[in-house]
Amino acid sequence: MKVLVCIKQVPDMESRFKANSSGNWYDEADLAFRMNEYDEYAVEQAVQLREQLGDAADVTVISIGPDRVQEALKKALAMGCDRGVHVQDPVSSLKDPWQIASIIATFAKDKGFDLIFAGMQSQDRGSAQVGVTVAEQLGYSCATTLVGFACSDGVITAKRELEGGLKGVVKLKTPALVTCQLGLNVPRYPTLPNIMKAKKKEILSIPVADILKEEALATTTSVHPPARKGGGIVLEGDLNDMAAQLIGILKEKTAVLR
Amino acid sequence: MKALLICEYREGKLLDASYELAAFADKLGAEKAMVLIGSEAEVPKVNGTVYLADAGKYGEYNPDVHKKIVLAAVERENPDYIVFVHSSYGWDLAPRVAATLKAAQISEIVNIVDGKFEVGICNSKLRRNVTPTTGKAVLTIQAGAFSVTDASQGVPQLERIDLADGASSLEFVGYEPAEKKDVDLTRAEVIVSAGRGVGKKENVPVIASLAKALGGELGASRPVVDAGWVEHSHQVGTTGQTVSPKLYVACGISGAIQHLAGMKKSDFIVAINKDKDAPIGEVADVLVVADVLQFVPALTGMLQK
Ligand SMILES: Cc1cc2nc3c(=O)[nH]c(=O)nc-3n(C[C@H](O)[C@H](O)[C@H](O)COP(=O)(O)OP(=O)(O)OC[C@H]3O[C@@H](n4cnc5c(N)ncnc54)[C@H](O)[C@@H]3O)c2cc1C
Ligand SMILES: Cc1cc2nc3c(=O)[nH]c(=O)nc-3n(C[C@H](O)[C@H](O)[C@H](O)COP(=O)(O)OP(=O)(O)OC[C@H]3O[C@@H](n4cnc5c(N)ncnc54)[C@H](O)[C@@H]3O)c2cc1C
Repeated sequence: MKVLVCIKQVPDMESRFKANSSGNWYDEADLAFRMNEYDEYAVEQAVQLREQLGDAADVTVISIGPDRVQEALKKALAMGCDRGVHVQDPVSSLKDPWQIASIIATFAKDKGFDLIFAGMQSQDRGSAQVGVTVAEQLGYSCATTLVGFACSDGVITAKRELEGGLKGVVKLKTPALVTCQLGLNVPRYPTLPNIMKAKKKEILSIPVADILKEEALATTTSVHPPARKGGGIVLEGDLNDMAAQLIGILKEKTAVLR
Repeated sequence: MKALLICEYREGKLLDASYELAAFADKLGAEKAMVLIGSEAEVPKVNGTVYLADAGKYGEYNPDVHKKIVLAAVERENPDYIVFVHSSYGWDLAPRVAATLKAAQISEIVNIVDGKFEVGICNSKLRRNVTPTTGKAVLTIQAGAFSVTDASQGVPQLERIDLADGASSLEFVGYEPAEKKDVDLTRAEVIVSAGRGVGKKENVPVIASLAKALGGELGASRPVVDAGWVEHSHQVGTTGQTVSPKLYVACGISGAIQHLAGMKKSDFIVAINKDKDAPIGEVADVLVVADVLQFVPALTGMLQK
């Protein structure tokens, strides 16, 4: 079984963000980047499938972006993927989801992947589009928002998460693409020996111009901080002072303390 | 300008979120038509055309077939915008429709500003205005962002859609109900919730002690539940419980939209976060900028005196 996993590198969400000087994205300076959280579940599920099937499975991991995304690829390899593909694009950020999906679909076409894993959304942009769009472009069957996954004899049983704790169970046949939701599994931490082993694994580099044929369908006209509602009280400083102040406020404003 | 609105329907019922689509179209100033894959008894009460396909025949979740139904309505109505709710139904179906039409898709719109669509990025720490460059565009709107003001009392005009080809690559097996709850957070007057910022499972009792000191229940954000630190029945948010206690205390919770959706109607909100810019600050009446593991024990100690 040939498996592809799509991963994106995103900034740590605890960072301070500000718009860049052209006002069309965020300023990348001083940001620490990591693998998109949803994609960690995708990698883990692919690696678990590889463990289930042994050498009958082969897992490729792909990421589009500037050179820094190799760090995310290396992590995926250390978690157990077999090979990496880096589509080199210093300005992947300026692509819309349609283009990112087209790049992945163009790469995957004719390679006979039976199963493709993606995250349900990215943490920074969160369109929740790329996975489904790749499936549409390839004509693959597709299920989104998985919190349960099982695969046997080319049939996937997927548990989709709906709202309020409800779930929906579906079956689909390969070739298929699934998108992974938080909590699908417990992503492993790469161990030191596996990090060392991963260094020997291949990362193929492809310049984006070789495989991108599509124009963007949407443009960003501005990036800006949200309008502040204000109103809230902000407490800073000494712990005991803040605790006393907070108790005072709760006594005054709520009926829960007397 | 015309908007085709795709209703949500589950377990035999029209979901209220469908009316948010109408509120969005009104705010946009668009003429409305709707698509319901459901039953005649549940047709939304709005003026205008409602394209009805029978869920008994085509299934409640069957994206291959639902895509064809929506495309058939697009063909008849020729809308500028095809609008879904950003939900497990909408984000699953919208990209399929967009890809087939090769139309731009703009996801999880929170506002319309001067005719442009505004979406959140980086956990809502920034906003982005986006414009489609294609003639038709597919949109998904954030659940709860466009509130319904008056109960709709329109009279829909029904048009039926029937497909010759109902083939699907996917088989819907069935629903699995939510796990049984060991606490009913919706009845609690005070909820103190632990987020990923508490660091590890061993620290959860620190938060639980504060809940006890305030006479309330322990709540949690999703990562805390996914990691197995706290039971799912304590989860607050779109995929957990929706609560509105007299006091909600968020400890080490960033304020992602899916969490806010479950607690923003609380009467009074206190957030404890080391990041002054955390989006939870937007809904908090009081934001305490501190390390939870230092501040919470200090507060609990003072309350117990
Ligand atoms: C620094 C930076 C600047 C940006 N600037 C702009 C801008 O100016 N204008 C603009 O419109 N957008 C901009 N973006 C957004 C970026 O191009 C989008 O992230 C991209 O279009 C994919 O959409 P998404 O993140 O919403 O994907 P989603 O649809 O939410 O992602 C779902 C899944 O798709 C897969 N995936 C997504 N991206 C990749 C990738 N690169 N490689 C491999 N798999 C992937 C992953 O499995 C992911 O979990 C910027 C992003 C960054 C990081
Ligand atoms: C379809 C879908 C459904 C979802 N449903 C839900 C849901 O029902 N409920 C839910 O909660 N989430 C849900 N999520 C996940 C949601 O998007 C966020 O990922 C999640 O809410 C983040 O949880 P958090 O705030 O605890 O963690 P993080 O976002 O990681 O935030 C941790 C916060 O703690 C702060 N912090 C860190 N250390 C400290 C410290 N020592 N002292 C003080 N502060 C500290 C940080 O500054 C940060 O703000 C859903 C996501 C999706 C896609």
